[in-house]
Amino acid sequence: MKFAVIVFPGSNCDIDMYHAVKDELGEEVEYVWHDEADLTQFDGVLLPGGFSYGDYLRSGSIARFSNVMSEVVKAAEEGKPVLGVCNGFQILLEAGLLPGAMLRNQGLKFICRPVELEVVNNETMFTQAYQKNERITVPVAHGEGNYFCDADTLKQLEANGQIAFRYADNPNGSLLSIAGITNEKGNVLGMMPHPERAVDELLGSADGLKLFQSIVKHWRDSHVVNA
Amino acid sequence: MSLMLEPAQQQIKDEKIYREMGLTDEEFSLVEGILGRLPNYTELGLFSVMWSEHCSYKNSKPLLKKFPVTGEQVLQGPGEGAGIVDIGDGQAVAFKIESHNHPSAIEPYQGAATGVGGIIRDVFSMGARPIAILNSLRFGELDSPRVRYLFEQVVAGIAGYGNCIGIPTVGGEVQFDKSYDGNPLVNAMCVGLINHDEIQKGQAKGVGNTVMYVGAKTGRDGIHGATFASEELTEDSDEKRPAVQVGDPFMEKLLLEACLELIKNDALIGIQDMGAAGLTSSSAEMASKAGSGIEMNLDLVPQRETGMSAYEMMLSESQERMLIVIEKGREAEIQELFHKYDLDAVAVGTVTDDKRLRLVHEGNVVADVPVDALAEDAPVYHKPSKEPAYYREFQAIENAEPEVENVEETLHALLKQPTIASKEWVYDQYDYQVRTNTVVTPGSDAAVLRIRGTEKALAMTTDCNSRYLYLDPETGGKIAVAEAARNIVCSGGRPLAITDCLNFGSPDKPEIFWQMEKSVDGMSEACRVLNAPVIGGNVSLYNETNGTAVYPTPVVGMVGLIENLEHITTQSFKQVGDAVYLVGETKTEFGGSELQKLTAGEISGKAPELDLTTELDRQEKVLTAIKQGLVQSAHDLAEGGLAVALAESAFGSGLGVTAETEGSAVTELFSETQSRFLISVKPENQQAFEALTGAKKIGEVTAQPVLKVVHNGSAVIDQPVEKFEESWRGAIPCLLN
Repeated sequence: MKFAVIVFPGSNCDIDMYHAVKDELGEEVEYVWHDEADLTQFDGVLLPGGFSYGDYLRSGSIARFSNVMSEVVKAAEEGKPVLGVCNGFQILLEAGLLPGAMLRNQGLKFICRPVELEVVNNETMFTQAYQKNERITVPVAHGEGNYFCDADTLKQLEANGQIAFRYADNPNGSLLSIAGITNEKGNVLGMMPHPERAVDELLGSADGLKLFQSIVKHWRDSHVVNA
Repeated sequence: MSLMLEPAQQQIKDEKIYREMGLTDEEFSLVEGILGRLPNYTELGLFSVMWSEHCSYKNSKPLLKKFPVTGEQVLQGPGEGAGIVDIGDGQAVAFKIESHNHPSAIEPYQGAATGVGGIIRDVFSMGARPIAILNSLRFGELDSPRVRYLFEQVVAGIAGYGNCIGIPTVGGEVQFDKSYDGNPLVNAMCVGLINHDEIQKGQAKGVGNTVMYVGAKTGRDGIHGATFASEELTEDSDEKRPAVQVGDPFMEKLLLEACLELIKNDALIGIQDMGAAGLTSSSAEMASKAGSGIEMNLDLVPQRETGMSAYEMMLSESQERMLIVIEKGREAEIQELFHKYDLDAVAVGTVTDDKRLRLVHEGNVVADVPVDALAEDAPVYHKPSKEPAYYREFQAIENAEPEVENVEETLHALLKQPTIASKEWVYDQYDYQVRTNTVVTPGSDAAVLRIRGTEKALAMTTDCNSRYLYLDPETGGKIAVAEAARNIVCSGGRPLAITDCLNFGSPDKPEIFWQMEKSVDGMSEACRVLNAPVIGGNVSLYNETNGTAVYPTPVVGMVGLIENLEHITTQSFKQVGDAVYLVGETKTEFGGSELQKLTAGEISGKAPELDLTTELDRQEKVLTAIKQGLVQSAHDLAEGGLAVALAESAFGSGLGVTAETEGSAVTELFSETQSRFLISVKPENQQAFEALTGAKKIGEVTAQPVLKVVHNGSAVIDQPVEKFEESWRGAIPCLLN
């Protein structure tokens, strides 16, 4: 399986994402600069964390106008897995691929620490390797991760099983302790915690690896069927 | 526009306008002599910033010469953007520490942020990829609202810059003391990784080669920042706010990536950060180091504002800029490289052979001065030195124990002292994990980062107990280096080298100069004995507010090499039944200690003694034990002594500890005698560990999470670890709310 790691000016978790896929997952991966206009050769798209365009104006609000974003939308429409982490999640929200918005953390401070997550829905292509309600440890590092949406959207998220991860102990004030959501189709996942930082016990946790393994397994299964 | 308002040459002399720029009458005469005529306003500006202490080290140079700067591991010593040491396999580590004290005193967020930005540029200007940031901070006591404001904003500024640029802030230290009330210290250190064959230098070589300006545009911010940094702070310092630069970490991220791409291009001849004294220092120093000259046309300098004069452009300290020299004729490919990142890259000048810095603006030569006079030949002063009266008095005081009524309550009180208390409130705001190499995160003795693709890791720390230095600068200087090395060793590393940031008061006062002299003597000796040469650093003088100096604070930033990931060791207890050892004996030493500060409210007496031979011997033994796999946890004994170290090793481990001591409880538990380690060892390794270190077993790690100390047969501390952890963890948030 071949992944694209999209690099915007100001992305800074691109390297972590790249190494998680290449070194720990053992799949193909390439960096794709934000002005690329073709993602057809890739099977999955990863939007890394960071401060694209310095987070000026609003997190993700400028990046979403990058050339490559129309290709990301296309990939999502084609059903390819699209994962946005941290700033990548914020960009997916700004691009309208996921519903809702981010507010500043409730404590108004940047937070960097390992947090415990609950796998709410283990039936998505990103979470199938986890048990339902499994508790996993994945680090967060953000200043604006306080997820917000209107009441109707929230109901829909719950009804459709779009809430993939929840914080066990809400660090930022997110509605319903939401840490990660998918789109309705289930092929776009945005999450504030960094699974790419949790792929090696040496650095404290390897709980994020199953997320990447889930994506690959889903891709292999569907390709065997298609073939 | 403003050129019209600049005073004429004769007026500068008659009205002694140079004094406002920090030049003395003698220095002005010297400039006149060098030029053979009166300087114009722009030229005067060049000399005044380049001859400021910040750029020229004119008051500290004779002292800096005392530092050992060589060693087989040293690839680049002091004098370039950052020093570089070899770590084998064609790789090396570049690092440097720098101060941003004065800007942070009046505009804490931007002062701290641009301090981080500046030190990062120093490291990548060497061609190194920055991998970590550390800091060393000093503030007044947190009961003052102004201090709380400074503390919160400095931390926010460091976080704001470091998090955005995506370099992890992995460690550091924060201490609080009255002496820093009006003059906080903000020192930032950056560590980078580099291949030997990619090391760059800031040199303008090759006559006819092109000088290019890359990065952000020049504005009117930070004009005379270096001069301001070399003055005492007064009530009027708020007016100097325009001398504080404004940072843009996003711009620096682009510049960083572009420059790291640039160093792989063989058109590059030299590169230097436009830091303090901006365009002036980068051009003059690059030419001076190469024995060449530079001619620049200032009309071509990218400008953020209209109507800037030559003086303003040359003295601006706008951030996120670099000056590079490239092979003539290859400007287009360099421009293309920078344009990918939406950055300016403009040919502004050429390398000449006449050793002069010549500036053209609007068709006129506005400055023409010898580069060596600006860079290398700044005046050097051997300031008078005098032993202060207080030192004699303190030395005459016999060591004695402070009075302690209840050991357990005293431990709680010590854990709540802001200098000892958990700094989680601080590092929770720093992204310490980005780039996924941080193995040991903030809170242990040293931060540890793996080197991807190898079995090696780097340990790094900043240290300085300025109370000891105030009581006895020579011993305190030794302790600063030794403690840094102890922290590296406790993490499983061998010290490689240090960078230092010498923060002192005004060198014009003989008593302050004496502190500087003695500190440097002590540090130099420790560096020699512990084989950790000085590969670079920074001097920050005039740290005084309305005439009162800060404690002498020569911060040591040290990096060590961990040869194998398996050697990485932390301070936390690991397993029930492990034997707990105290390496080193304990004496009654409370001068400058946390307990003295707590009980007496101020410090006095002698600093703890330090025998460097003993220190080296113990460090080597502990490191050998770690490498032999005998050690489960290691922690150096520092502020608060054994009791605090026991508590810290138990925190977060989910385990408890029971220890037994004899003699005087206050000394055994709270003395700050140097060269001591708290180490836990698996039962099966006890014999080997004892044979190697001769250490004495004092206790055992227990399943029940209780901290218990039995002294002379009766329990003097016996409480759940959780209770102590509450005191320790809650102290700083409590003081801030």
